[in-house]
Amino acid sequence: MDVLQLARWQFGITTVYHFLMVPLTIGLSVLVAGMQTAWVRTGEQRYYKMTKFWGKLLLVNFAMGVVTGIVQEFQFGMNWNAYSRFVGDVFGAPLAMEGLVAFFVESTFLGLWIFGWDRLPKKVHLACAWAFSLATIASAYFILAANSWMQHPVGAEIVNGKPTLRSIWAVLTNNTALAAIPHTIAGAFSVAAAFLVGIGAWHLWRKRRSDDEHRSVWRSSIRLGGWTGIVAFAVLAITGDTQGKLMFEQQPMKMASAEALCHTEQPASFSIVAIGDVTAQNCEDVKTFTVPALLSFLAHNDFRTEVKGVEDLVTQYQAHYGTNYPDDPALGELAGKPIDYVPNLAVTYWGFRIMIGFGAISAGTGLLALWLTRRGRIPEGRWFPRLALLSIATPFIGNSAGWIFTEMGRQPFVVVPNPSGVDGVWMFTAQAVSRLSTGEVWTSLLALTSLYAVLGVVEVFLMRKYVRGGIDGVIPPEHNDEEGKQALAFAY
Amino acid sequence: MSLETIWFCVIVLFWLGYLFLEGFDFGVGMLLPVLGRDDTERRVLINTIGPVWDGNEVWLIVAAGAMFAAFPSWYASLFSAAYLPLLLVLLALIGRGVAFEYRGKVDSVRWRRNWDRVIVIGSWIPPLGVGLLLTTTVLGLPLDAHGNRVGGAFEAVRWDTLLGALAVVGFALVHGAAFLALKTAGELRERARTFAVRALPVALLPLFGLLVVVQWGAGALWTLVALVVAAVAAVTAWRKLVADRDGQAFAALGVTIAAAVVTLFGALYPDVLPSTLGAANSLTVANTASSPYTLTVMTWVGAFGAPAVLVYQGWTYWVFRKRISTAHVPPVHTP
Repeated sequence: MDVLQLARWQFGITTVYHFLMVPLTIGLSVLVAGMQTAWVRTGEQRYYKMTKFWGKLLLVNFAMGVVTGIVQEFQFGMNWNAYSRFVGDVFGAPLAMEGLVAFFVESTFLGLWIFGWDRLPKKVHLACAWAFSLATIASAYFILAANSWMQHPVGAEIVNGKPTLRSIWAVLTNNTALAAIPHTIAGAFSVAAAFLVGIGAWHLWRKRRSDDEHRSVWRSSIRLGGWTGIVAFAVLAITGDTQGKLMFEQQPMKMASAEALCHTEQPASFSIVAIGDVTAQNCEDVKTFTVPALLSFLAHNDFRTEVKGVEDLVTQYQAHYGTNYPDDPALGELAGKPIDYVPNLAVTYWGFRIMIGFGAISAGTGLLALWLTRRGRIPEGRWFPRLALLSIATPFIGNSAGWIFTEMGRQPFVVVPNPSGVDGVWMFTAQAVSRLSTGEVWTSLLALTSLYAVLGVVEVFLMRKYVRGGIDGVIPPEHNDEEGKQALAFAY
Repeated sequence: MSLETIWFCVIVLFWLGYLFLEGFDFGVGMLLPVLGRDDTERRVLINTIGPVWDGNEVWLIVAAGAMFAAFPSWYASLFSAAYLPLLLVLLALIGRGVAFEYRGKVDSVRWRRNWDRVIVIGSWIPPLGVGLLLTTTVLGLPLDAHGNRVGGAFEAVRWDTLLGALAVVGFALVHGAAFLALKTAGELRERARTFAVRALPVALLPLFGLLVVVQWGAGALWTLVALVVAAVAAVTAWRKLVADRDGQAFAALGVTIAAAVVTLFGALYPDVLPSTLGAANSLTVANTASSPYTLTVMTWVGAFGAPAVLVYQGWTYWVFRKRISTAHVPPVHTP
């Protein structure tokens, strides 16, 4: 593999991995802050125990989210230095804002929350939880604004060959970002919801015979998870539809390949599943079960409209952005070669379907959980906790598939041209990569991947341990030493 | 002062904040096996930085992010040129971060010992790497006209950049010991103070060696003044440690690193990453800066964001201001 491919693999692996931790942190931190609020307001022990239990899982997870996030920031400069030089004027700003405005708050107030249980007044301590959880959302906002600019550059114009920021407001209110942000945040909540339902159901099943406070903790967790999951899915569906419509305008190739739509159709039908060989990278071979005219509706809110197919789009892209890569030695083997405008069909087609499918399964479990626990009921059967535990994986898979679809679907561009606005701002992925030796990038790819693998095992091990420990595992025994309590109530 | 110069200063400030804050928490990690004789003592040491190390680390993220936003080519050239050293820093920071969080999560001697090793290694490598990186940006690299590194993967590793690596490690070691003297009580405190008194004269040598090299090569009169301030502050720190004034010693070390950073980056300005192949290829404040509009936006964000950070991070230190000792550590609790 050459540096370009290695750097892409590294970016893909580190990003998807990072995004296994991030959604759980976002969703769970808000829900935990909510639980703590309920405790502070009502004084009910149930809420205190929920806060402690779910808060512990949040912490185990947060550590991994932070450390894998540093890699994300550094690798723009390390692996993608040509990209960084080209877009720094625009792209750097939201990234730096994330650090300065959001991440400082997140890290500082999390420290205060973890260690401040007995050192801070109750309400101040609660405020720390909210500061932390709202800052995770602010973080997501800035990062997604930066990413959305790569999908749909706005607020900039080319000066001396580089995009120059003209309006930060345009970047921060990019319509692509405004659709992507609630979509991604809702995805984060569906992860946390599945966690609450899955783990809650398992514990509730174990405590089904007893009649104690534990049961009310788990039942409340399931109910909270179920409602969160359903609301999250509603937001996902609405914002997903908005995003789809924007994408038909802004990145028609991504949507055409998501549908394996070869030829322009009017009206266009929506594909449910494919039975042909999508991997052949030739959509002629793909036969799909379709719903007539639905794609037209999804694209333009009108069942009769035309949707452009891959072949027509290729001609269109070639006319706008050239048929061959520039004859630049920095492009290595690709210099002067024809540009392949069709993203990987198998990945985009199935990525899109997996995202939607697994998102729906996750919401279904939430709905089921609410039904089974309605009016004080406790589910008796063994099948439900098993199903709920398995369902924890579904929003993770849906999220990952969504990201892979979004990022792979914009190839061969790293900055996708904006057909409806800014003129001339785009960049091919092949032009973005640093001029490094393959040895260097191999080293980092292997080192990071192996370290991530090891830490993944450790995190799952610890999560399991704390999940199994239940509530008793997270409520520390009374610390009698008064002086000690003054200095430290919690210690690593 | 032009916006470009202001942003150069802001980035230097972020790096200084990072060296000062994470400097001492690296030092605590490095000293874990030296000062902590049993598990309880090691827990005390770790918990002196427990509530704050994560917030300290954000200074690195913001320093890098601000370079990306304000001087994209500086960020791009430096980070790709020092690729492998930076990779090591990343791996170490990843390990260290999870180690703090995970070491107490299983009640087993072996588990904790292994994570303690990760903390120690993870506290030695990043200051080495950051020292190397900052020295490289001051002393320069063979860069071609595009700002890309000419030569092999280890171009950034030279005797003078290694001196910079040792300089930051030496500083972190002493700074960490002074911090522990300030934050612990009883026998641990005495041990930390004694260590700091003994180590300081040797550990700060590489830092002053580096400062002399840089001052000799590219210094001005005012950077020389800063160098003298750094030296006076270092001597003061030593005397305060001897006199049992932990707080003042810690503050004096802060002045040392601040003055040292002024010397280093003062000598660098207006370059940000000189090319050793000729001044034409050098990256400067002028040829790497983002557009005036971007810098203006960032200035507004910084003008509101940075003071807020100082206030709430300062508050954190206030909340956890008490000295801790082995008597204060709650029993281990795991499920």
